Amino acid sequence: MSKKKIKIGNEEFEVSTGRPFLWVLGIVVVIVLITAGTSFYTVGANERGIILRFGKYVKSTPPGLHWKIPWGVDELYKVKTQYQYKEEFGFRTARAGVETRYSKADYTDESLILNGDLNITDVKWIVQYTIQDPYSFLFKVRNVQSALRDISESAMREVVGNYSFDETLQQERRRIAHSAREIITELVDKYELGLNIELVQLKDVHPPEPVRPSFNDVNEAKQEQETVINQANQLYNKRIYRAQGEAERVIQEAEGYAINRTNTAEGDVAHFNELYKQYLTAPDITKKRLYLETMEKVLKRIKEKNIIDQDLKSVLPLLNLSGKGGLK
Amino acid sequence: MKKLTTLVILVIILVFIGTTALFVLDETEQAIVTQFGKPIGDPIMKPGLHFKIPFVQTVTKFEKRILEWDGTPQEVPTEDNKFIHIDTYARWQIEDALEFYKSVHSENQAQSRLDDIIDGAIRDEMAVHTLPNIVRSNRREMEVVTVKEEEEVQDIKEAAQKDSLEVREKIVIDGERDEIRENIIQHVTDVLEETDLGVKLIDFRFKRIDYNTDVQKKVFQRMIAQQNKIAEKYRAIGQGERERIMGKIEQKRKEILSGAYRKGQKIRGEADGEATEIYAEAYNRSETSRNFYEFLRTMTAYENSIDSTSTLLLSTDNELLKYFKSSK
Repeated sequence: MSKKKIKIGNEEFEVSTGRPFLWVLGIVVVIVLITAGTSFYTVGANERGIILRFGKYVKSTPPGLHWKIPWGVDELYKVKTQYQYKEEFGFRTARAGVETRYSKADYTDESLILNGDLNITDVKWIVQYTIQDPYSFLFKVRNVQSALRDISESAMREVVGNYSFDETLQQERRRIAHSAREIITELVDKYELGLNIELVQLKDVHPPEPVRPSFNDVNEAKQEQETVINQANQLYNKRIYRAQGEAERVIQEAEGYAINRTNTAEGDVAHFNELYKQYLTAPDITKKRLYLETMEKVLKRIKEKNIIDQDLKSVLPLLNLSGKGGLK
Repeated sequence: MKKLTTLVILVIILVFIGTTALFVLDETEQAIVTQFGKPIGDPIMKPGLHFKIPFVQTVTKFEKRILEWDGTPQEVPTEDNKFIHIDTYARWQIEDALEFYKSVHSENQAQSRLDDIIDGAIRDEMAVHTLPNIVRSNRREMEVVTVKEEEEVQDIKEAAQKDSLEVREKIVIDGERDEIRENIIQHVTDVLEETDLGVKLIDFRFKRIDYNTDVQKKVFQRMIAQQNKIAEKYRAIGQGERERIMGKIEQKRKEILSGAYRKGQKIRGEADGEATEIYAEAYNRSETSRNFYEFLRTMTAYENSIDSTSTLLLSTDNELLKYFKSSK
């Protein structure tokens, strides 16, 4: 093994050179690199870093660059404390996005729930949560996610079990979600999951698949009923308006008749009065004149006239004035 | 060179002691130390670095976390002889590692013991409760919607209004789900204490209570039948309401038209009356006017009644023809 003297300032150092030197240097470099690689770590913006020293919790570090004891003495866990986790029940999102796709698999085991009135509702819901206490989350419970799922299912079923089918479908959705959240929160604390339940929300709530067509049919029947009644009402309006028009016509006609009748009477009377006035001044001659005038008019009109001598006792000897031959 | 060898040997010895005499206990673990199979001291609960005598003492680690127990879904008869499908879960913890080590030794063994204890407790409890009570957990007043029976539908018009076929009633059923759960927890806890398994039950809950598949099908059928009945009823009421409106149209039409006829006739009658009065007033003034009217009207009658087709036989003693035979 050769030695080499190096002069730094006024001091002289004796340093080994040659292959053993390189060998040691190589090891040192590798050790330094591994040490550096395993001792520095970064904690992301939405995370906390949890350090265990020989398996024992020592500290929780905020986001940033940190140092820990290398060589497996300190162990690092990163927990996303700001992240909103979500569990889905009765469905699964296959791919989230602008147009979210849902898994086509059947999750009716999860979603079919017995109601308080022993009907069955298909309920889909989500639970959103954040990790509030990283220590509990990491070390208090084994399999936190399955615990949360168990809790959520149990809670939702207990709540829905207290509501009737119709209440679940209609007016009580919010209250159901609210009650479920209360129970879930209570149990999460009891099991020390270290989670904070941010949201429990009912998604689709409807009658079970096999029953659904019959429910749609009821809605259709309601629509049909309305349509039929509306049509009948329309017909009612149409017919009644028409009848009212007809009635109006009948009355108008009667009024026309009445006016005609009275006017005619007034006219007749006026005519009579005029004649009567003349008649009174010279009754006999007026009467005769009127008689003769009338007779003239009437006789002129008749084509067949027979004049019989008053002395004849029968009508046989005829004088046919029209010249068309005999009585017919 | 000799120095380096010594260093290497020293390191090897240290590592050897480290691995045999020291052990790391994680936050999630607890351990007992045994000496030739005999437990030494209390179970170690604190995480961190611990010491034992190499070769002589052995460390056995156990979970300190809350552990899951997932019940096998099973069919259980209720007091009212309904077979229900029950899925349950529990959470438990190794409370006393020493007892645990002595009695069950491993987690799998413990799970199996829990299966026996909990399943038994479930069956016992279910057998003395009815399904409606098992499903519900409280006495909340529940609104149930049913459909009116035929005889109850009195006013068809009212019934035709939206939704009024439905009857909303409030029902209250005793909920015993919580009570049942507590009984089971109590029972399991008692058994666990008696048997010294070193296991603590944290919680037990029903995850799912469902009808079994056969019953579920029947429930669906029942729901469908009921919906069909409702749909039918809506349609029938729609038709009925239509008929009612059609009848009303006929009635109303006749009422309007006959009313108009009545009014028209009255107007006509009044006019006739008025005309008669006008005539009478003019003609009935005196004997003279009456005679004159009679004469005049007779003349008009001649004029109007005799036309060209009439045949007239005139005697020469007729006033008109009095000059026919002689001018005297």
